[in-house]
Amino acid sequence: MEPNQDRGGPAQPLLALRGLTKHFPIKGGLFGTTVATVRAVDGVSFDVLKGETLGIVGESGCGKSTTARLLVQLLGLDAGTMVFDGEAVGEPRASGLALRDYRRQVQMVFQDSYASLNPRLPIEDSIAFAPKVHGLSESEANERARELLAAVGLAPAQFARRYPHELSGGQRQRVNIARALALQPRLVILDEPVSALDKSVEAQVLNLLVDLKQKFNLTFVFISHDLNVVQFISDRVLVMYLGEVVEIGPVDAIYDRPAHPYTRALLASRPSMDPAFRRTVPPLVGDPPNPVNPPSGCRFRTRCGFAEDVCAAKKPVAADLGDGHLAACHMATPGSGHSKAGAIMEVAI
Amino acid sequence: MSAALQMPPAAPLMKLTDLSVTFQTRDRTVHAVNGVNMELAEGEVLCILGESGSGKSVTLRALMRLLPKFAKVTGGIEVAGQNVLAMNDRRMADFRGGEVAMIFQEPMTALDPVFTVGRQIAEVVQRHEGASRATAMARALELLELVQIPSAKRRLDAYPHELSGGLRQRAMIAVALACRPKLLLADEPTTALDATVQIQVLLLLRELQQRLGMGVIFVTHDLGVAGEIADRVAVMYAGRVVEEGPVGPFMAGPLHPYPQGLLNSTVHGNMRGKVLTTIPGAPPSLSSVPTSCSFSPRCALAEPACEAGVPAMVEAGGGRRGRCIKITAG
Repeated sequence: MEPNQDRGGPAQPLLALRGLTKHFPIKGGLFGTTVATVRAVDGVSFDVLKGETLGIVGESGCGKSTTARLLVQLLGLDAGTMVFDGEAVGEPRASGLALRDYRRQVQMVFQDSYASLNPRLPIEDSIAFAPKVHGLSESEANERARELLAAVGLAPAQFARRYPHELSGGQRQRVNIARALALQPRLVILDEPVSALDKSVEAQVLNLLVDLKQKFNLTFVFISHDLNVVQFISDRVLVMYLGEVVEIGPVDAIYDRPAHPYTRALLASRPSMDPAFRRTVPPLVGDPPNPVNPPSGCRFRTRCGFAEDVCAAKKPVAADLGDGHLAACHMATPGSGHSKAGAIMEVAI
Repeated sequence: MSAALQMPPAAPLMKLTDLSVTFQTRDRTVHAVNGVNMELAEGEVLCILGESGSGKSVTLRALMRLLPKFAKVTGGIEVAGQNVLAMNDRRMADFRGGEVAMIFQEPMTALDPVFTVGRQIAEVVQRHEGASRATAMARALELLELVQIPSAKRRLDAYPHELSGGLRQRAMIAVALACRPKLLLADEPTTALDATVQIQVLLLLRELQQRLGMGVIFVTHDLGVAGEIADRVAVMYAGRVVEEGPVGPFMAGPLHPYPQGLLNSTVHGNMRGKVLTTIPGAPPSLSSVPTSCSFSPRCALAEPACEAGVPAMVEAGGGRRGRCIKITAG
């Protein structure tokens, strides 16, 4: 098994996604016809840069987990293209990157640490499984598994032959991380990797992820609903709402100068640990709407305090605010027809 | 915070005296709660903070005697001057939903899927107040409006699956408040909700608590949630309260090393580029009652004296107390 190598140089995005779309049909009626469509991911475009951690935030149903599954191709695309380090993903070997080769470079860690491990395999075998499939001998694969167990802080002599149920949640998540690294991938997709863990364990796993990224030269896509955790670990942050990207930019720009009203509401919804700074008014009312029938125009307009006629009529395009900070809001686009278009928004967080 | 400065009223709304809960099965015994003493004044909000397995939810359930039969509960549970452990089944049925009500983490499993939301609220009113069906339905409508469910009249006839997560949680709060309980127990009611919905439900609970003057015991693992809603905080570890006190001073600097570690390991504000402080190790298994400080194996400040016995609760002044030999009495 040859190591995965850089091809296009540091400036080329590791993964370039254009127009990613995934719709799920809802079957019903007498003949099982499609009665509705869940527009889970609807025309999502972004780049994952080499060596960065890209955080993806959003509420349930915004399509962040579907995006993760598209990125590792656990789900097929309905439309859109994925280019990994200059090679189109899912093409035959002659013209692009075959799925099997792509998967060696892109691995995933899931939220549920127990469900994502085979309960009948000792953790060493779970980690060694993929390297064996990809051509390593039994002994080489086991040796790699033990190295990785040590790298994630589980002493191989003590833990290698244990089964998943003999480990705590934090230890199991370490095993999942070790397994994701077994093929020496370049990109790791982490879908809510610490959400099910207690706070003290969460901190351990976050520290571990930061270490491993450095040590193995990795690129992370880190999906979470916890804005504090995303701020801690990310270099850039992408905010999703109802299957679309509403804002993307460097972490400090998103947290200090959020341009989209939804991003601002999300940030303002974080509970304050200091009782002297309690919220008095909820930043948003209601729940996110159903992605089966997303609102016309701007999908956030039904919950937005600034919505005007133009928001229903026209879908906002991503406005460039400089430094790679983009926001899909009519207010950020001068001349969009919104009365507050182009005005600098006062930040109230 | 002001509640803590006032003199505690003569009779607390809720009082736990040396509460212990042991789960005994054929295979093993788990000492989930090991001697909890706690008081709640009328109209006060107490947050029980702790990680999974700390005994926080078990304590809450013991208050309403919702634990399975094989759970052995000892000690004293008093609510509004009544001994809860001495109640017979009939009295218990009046007590639950009447004087004390509970809301749960998962509204979808706590609500009955085959009855409309309106029916489920009205049922409580009919059962406890002997109201007619029509009166009960009218009251159900009032309650849905109280918990700020939009187009409440239409939502009376909705089944739980027809509501969004936030509305379902509001409906469950309406069921709990149907008979104006004196004490509301909340077991992580916002944990399953999205951030923008969680803050709505927290603010709603705080508003209702103030308007109705209820006492609330709120179990959570989230320090932020405690910061938003609590008057007083009690931190549990390995089945014991290790620190208790008013929320403001607690958040500014806990007394006990465990909540100190918890606060430090919680990602908040801008901590980019820093190595997070962690608490090494894992909580004890609780197959036997801890005989020394149960946090000492993970504690950076531990010394031989910590092994000598369970540290006593030290009063540190200002209503704060902690179970650590390093805390100086004040």
